[in-house]
Amino acid sequence: MKMNAMSNFKIVSREDFSDVTYLLAVHHPLMAKAARPGQFVIVMLNEHGERIPLTIADFDRKKGTITLVIQAVGKTTRQMQQECRVGTSLYGMVGPMGIPSPISHAKKVICVGGGLGVAPIFPQARGFKEAGAYVIAILGFRNKDLVFWEDKFRACCDELILCTNDGSAGMKGLITDGIRVALEGHTNVEEVVAIGPPVMMKACADATRARKIKTMVSVNPIMVDGTGMCGGCRVKVGDQVKFACVDGPDFDGHLVDFDDLMSRLQRYTKVEKAAQERWSESCRMTKQVGPSALDALKHSRASQSELLELPDPFDDVRGG
Amino acid sequence: MAKKKTIRTIPQERTPMREQDPQVRAKNFEEVACGYSLEDALRESERCLLCPDEPCISGCPVGIDIPGFIQKIGEKKLRAAYDILTDTNLLPSICGRVCPQENQCEGVCTVGESLEAVAIGRLERFVGDTAIKEGWVNIPYIEPNRYRVGIVGSGPAGMACAADMAKAGCDVTVYEAFHEPGGVLKYGIPDFRLPNTVIDAEIDNLRKFGVKFECNTLVGRLFTIEQMIDEMGYHAVFVGVGAGYPTMLGIPGDSLNGVLSANELLTRCNLMRAKEFPNYDTPLPIGRRVAVVGAGNTAMDAMRVSLRLGAEKVYCIYRRSRTEAPARAEEVHHAEQEGVEFHWLTNPVSVLDDGQGGVRGMRCVRMELGEPDDSGRRRPVPVAGSEFDFETDLIVYAIGTNANPIMGQTSNLKLNKWGYIAADDGLATSVAGVFAGGDIVTGAATVIEAMGAGRRAARSMKAYLGIRDPGLPYASGAGTLFGIDTRERNFARVRATAATEQS
Repeated sequence: MKMNAMSNFKIVSREDFSDVTYLLAVHHPLMAKAARPGQFVIVMLNEHGERIPLTIADFDRKKGTITLVIQAVGKTTRQMQQECRVGTSLYGMVGPMGIPSPISHAKKVICVGGGLGVAPIFPQARGFKEAGAYVIAILGFRNKDLVFWEDKFRACCDELILCTNDGSAGMKGLITDGIRVALEGHTNVEEVVAIGPPVMMKACADATRARKIKTMVSVNPIMVDGTGMCGGCRVKVGDQVKFACVDGPDFDGHLVDFDDLMSRLQRYTKVEKAAQERWSESCRMTKQVGPSALDALKHSRASQSELLELPDPFDDVRGG
Repeated sequence: MAKKKTIRTIPQERTPMREQDPQVRAKNFEEVACGYSLEDALRESERCLLCPDEPCISGCPVGIDIPGFIQKIGEKKLRAAYDILTDTNLLPSICGRVCPQENQCEGVCTVGESLEAVAIGRLERFVGDTAIKEGWVNIPYIEPNRYRVGIVGSGPAGMACAADMAKAGCDVTVYEAFHEPGGVLKYGIPDFRLPNTVIDAEIDNLRKFGVKFECNTLVGRLFTIEQMIDEMGYHAVFVGVGAGYPTMLGIPGDSLNGVLSANELLTRCNLMRAKEFPNYDTPLPIGRRVAVVGAGNTAMDAMRVSLRLGAEKVYCIYRRSRTEAPARAEEVHHAEQEGVEFHWLTNPVSVLDDGQGGVRGMRCVRMELGEPDDSGRRRPVPVAGSEFDFETDLIVYAIGTNANPIMGQTSNLKLNKWGYIAADDGLATSVAGVFAGGDIVTGAATVIEAMGAGRRAARSMKAYLGIRDPGLPYASGAGTLFGIDTRERNFARVRATAATEQS
């Protein structure tokens, strides 16, 4: 086994889904071999960079690549959007971290992905399909322009419900409306897996609670090392405190304390906003910076009806 | 030959080490203790009686020939002193700074019975720093063998084991999950106590020995211990991943923003350089009034880091008294000098929230010491009705760590009931060819103990691989001769070995 892969993380392909969402495929054959659905990596852009956790959206064992789907919301993710071109390298990428999502033997499952959460739900949907389950995918986006991977899901799922806030693609409505439609059509759903902003996962867990359908969510708190060492990623699950990096990141959605999770995600919002603005200025960006992370996070407290308006959690709130 | 030294003729006072002024240093990250000059070192070396008992050697977890190297300092033969030190300890600059000498070599020093003990740690650091400055490195003649050794974790245990195995001729690769090697020395111990430049210098020395470092590698998840042996061609593996899973108090308010582990604070500040934010991207929680719970070395580091980050007030909250505080005496003293306010016999009851997810203060209760507990220390018991609140906006828990679960989750290594890796006296684990040592076996301990464990594991590893160890004492115990079991009755082999030993 060749070992020199651990110091050069070359970007071999890139795809821009929208002006904020982009995909990077990073060359790391060893990790592509080891990765399982539900795991994540920690990435460092450069020597001065921060360590940001990103869920593995896909892996290709033949090509030896790890796919990451990233939304430019925070300082690091914006900088990555500018600097990560095919042929450049990341300073660091470690993983696959976390306990792989258990692909259960459920016969009928709903895989829910909201916004950027659509990417990491894909390997799970595929995993369930391969395990012989009837897979219903529910994907939520703010509007048509942000939709990605619809074809990939169509190819491996038995049913696909696409929801957009404004109805510009698929049905008009929230993820929870999609779940309602799916549950009306199928009474024998055994499991729901949801990945997306915490407020969305909370809504999903609430939607299935009454029917007692097992609901797994993938949480994404702030972390530094990702190896169980800093304790920054602790989440309340039932009456226990768990570390998302080594005890998770998947937990029973009916037990996760989402309010606690959302509050803890805002720990560094202020400083990060400052850093991002400083960076934007230094870049002399001619373009206006979009709604800042802070404002967006304020939204998250506002109301659940705006849940898909949220920037995705995988970037800014985790340190991007 | 000089006149024989006696306790009356040696310098009576221990040579002080120049330190940055407390007021100044509490605002910077420069090293606090500036180290000995040559004159200081010469004077202090005079204080060693070179006593025949050499209690210091047995007080040292790795058995450094302490009188030997001190004698060489006295003769101004610093290179020779360095050679003696590096015979047993490859990282003198680090150990001289971070060992709890007062409980080890200096604690049993003969001079210490009537005067202040010889400042062995300071002398060790002096020699180590001189070597870094002069660019000395002792690369012994290494006869390569065919063995490949994998080391998991680049902290003190892994580094010590790597050094010994490389010296024995093995092809050694060290894996580290972070982007830089050094383990706790890098992420945990702050610059003002152990500069990163010193660690990097010592790591470079290991590289000159042929040790390879592979960062960004999470063993267990990227590949397993078993894969290292079965697929990757390693003949033996050492696991020194540390304990590192921080303990939270489990009191109301634990999960509020503004409550974090010392590990998180220190990692952000030291390894990720958050103190240089926004030049470095990692943010840091800034507290105006910081309360650190615990009184070990990590707690002291967290307090002193907080002061340097600009906290107005830093409190130490500890449920026992100063006598029981596990930190090195020097660290407590330094923290005190810099303005940390100590609250002994005080135990947190709950964290008070500010209504916005943050911390407003802490409710504590006074304690008093009762009967001795299992650890031999008097058990602190709460004083009824003595609860009180105080104002703080950042709370740091430095109350110890638990076993990191990753090894247990991903390998067949047998764990003990606390989740640490079960290892025998020779640090062999339940999986053939896999050895473990340091905090992941013993639970949180000191840097030098981890290094001692790394070396002990290296000895067993050599025996396992069948590499004869010239460092093994001739009579290593009852029933052995030249390290060979006498019950074997193969005296031809004994004689042959003896001849090689002498040549």
